[in-house]
Amino acid sequence: MAETRGRFGIHGGQYIPETLMNAVNELEQAYNHYKNDPDFQAELQDLLNNYANRPSPLYYAEKMSRDLGGAKIYLKREDLNHTGAHKINNVLGQALLAKKMGKTRLIAETGAGQHGVATATAAALFGMECVVFMGEEDTKRQALNVYRMKLLGSEVVPVKSGTATLKDAVNEAMKEWTRRISDTHYCLGSCMGPHPFPTIVRDFQSVISKEIKEQCLKKEGRLPDVVMACVGGGSNAIGAFYNFINDPSVQLIGCEAAGRGIDTFETAATVATGKLGIFHGMKSYFCQDEFGQIAPVYSISAGLDYPGVGPEHANLHDIGRAQYVAITDDEAVEAFEYLSRTEGVIPAIESAHAVAHAMKIAPTMDKDRIIVVNLSGRGDKDVAAIARYRGEDIYE
Amino acid sequence: MSNIKKAFANGKAFIPFITCGYPDIKTSKEVIRTVAESGADLIEIGIPFSDPTAEGPVIQHANLKALEGGITTVKVFEVIRELRNEGVTVPMVFMTYANVVFSFGSEKFISTCRDIGIDGLILPDIPYEERGEFLDICHKYGLDMIPFVAPTSANRIAMIAKHSEGFIYIISSLGVTGVRDEITTDISSIVKIIRENTDTPCAVGFGISTPEQAHEMAELSDGAIVGSALIKVIDAGGEDMLKNVGEFVRKMKEAV
Repeated sequence: MAETRGRFGIHGGQYIPETLMNAVNELEQAYNHYKNDPDFQAELQDLLNNYANRPSPLYYAEKMSRDLGGAKIYLKREDLNHTGAHKINNVLGQALLAKKMGKTRLIAETGAGQHGVATATAAALFGMECVVFMGEEDTKRQALNVYRMKLLGSEVVPVKSGTATLKDAVNEAMKEWTRRISDTHYCLGSCMGPHPFPTIVRDFQSVISKEIKEQCLKKEGRLPDVVMACVGGGSNAIGAFYNFINDPSVQLIGCEAAGRGIDTFETAATVATGKLGIFHGMKSYFCQDEFGQIAPVYSISAGLDYPGVGPEHANLHDIGRAQYVAITDDEAVEAFEYLSRTEGVIPAIESAHAVAHAMKIAPTMDKDRIIVVNLSGRGDKDVAAIARYRGEDIYE
Repeated sequence: MSNIKKAFANGKAFIPFITCGYPDIKTSKEVIRTVAESGADLIEIGIPFSDPTAEGPVIQHANLKALEGGITTVKVFEVIRELRNEGVTVPMVFMTYANVVFSFGSEKFISTCRDIGIDGLILPDIPYEERGEFLDICHKYGLDMIPFVAPTSANRIAMIAKHSEGFIYIISSLGVTGVRDEITTDISSIVKIIRENTDTPCAVGFGISTPEQAHEMAELSDGAIVGSALIKVIDAGGEDMLKNVGEFVRKMKEAV
């Protein structure tokens, strides 16, 4: 079998309708041109530094480290980016690319709303039209982000089909792209979908690991021992991993959402419970039944509530370069509360999945070991939902 | 000559699409039989998928309803096997999504197709570039893999046509399946490029609901494909549903 483009081992590819093929080919050509264009890179760097607040700090969580009594824990503070999550890194890159390609309209899917907010923000900045597709269930879970997007001038389309979550939002965004291609760029939010999206998103997010590396060398004079991040589609994780893939001493750990447990149906842990499949433009691991019907996954976290995983992660798993662990709702909520209490940092419930795993392994490691947790987003959006989880009846 | 090409041998082809298992397994079997007896030249049997990203609301709903009703890949195979045993001979192709085939085991799926008398495979999420892993197996078992040409295919049409087999599915308009008032794509220019590159017949689908539209599209190509509009006839239901389906197919066949 001939190897097709955009593969990570056996994963990736371009499993999309013929209608979209020229659009992704055009995108690939434009990206290959602009990624080596110094003017484009300078413009993007300026936006990242002066608009998005990069570089984000690598913060030594001293109190947490002392409390857990093991490895030194650093938090990569992507939550301090403009719009409150790592999503802006990718969005500024793609929006700038879309503008160079002459597109005047952005469409996007969103789960927790962070990618939608970031896309709406970039659209406002660049004077582009913007439509965000969001599962109806998620518009309820993340009502504040819905209003934020509208405030930024975007249209938000609640998606009622299927489980009315992230997967369905991706379905509708893809359908919308087949309806209207010539003026529209699909600003995909994770390292998933058809080639070239997994590569483009990874490249734009790899600024995270580039900075971690420089900052850790500066602070500690060496590389970290472990880098960990939460994984839904996997964009913050691939960004945090990418520049360490060729540093074998650095252990890479992705934290999936186990929901109510990987032995239940209410889980979104794809690597732990999924199998190889073809969906949303890519070959990768997916939660599915024996006949290939995509499973209605569940996590407390709207951003991790996705039945697949990006193809590069699937390959990192296959070759053993990264490990993937599953964190339950309960563990994530405990970590959410712990980090708030201990460091005065309220993490996104997504990021709290990575914090939870750090809480598990840090005590088992020597004090001279270094863990970097990618704190992919801030938790303001989750406060009301966590209160409800704890039985307090408050609404935004 | 493949069975599919034979479907185009006697003038313009009318190709109805039916979601197997909708509104329920038993009824959909009778619908397939009815359209076969009413003059369909080739039948596209849809195997439902949880996330049919090429479909508009009508067929998407049919997919989900069929899955809720308990249809599975194995049960679709049984329906087709029974129809073949009961003497339904019209050529048939499966239309489904890559994961339905892949998760079953592509070779197991495609060899079963041959065993039960399925003549080809239509996979809307497999473009030319990715068809290799399915095409080789299709050829091993004598199935045609039906390619798509879209209004956006432009410079790709010649390449797709040159390597085509069975028939070429021309997507009439941008977007998903479903009824449209008007089809504005320049179908005749697309067909011209196809004809310059292959003798594989081509049929137009997406958005055709009336006999007039079917006639117009079949004039421009070699046939017309109708899905959502047929589902609407099924949905209208009542005791005469099968009779109405038969009437609808006869009218469409006459029109093309």
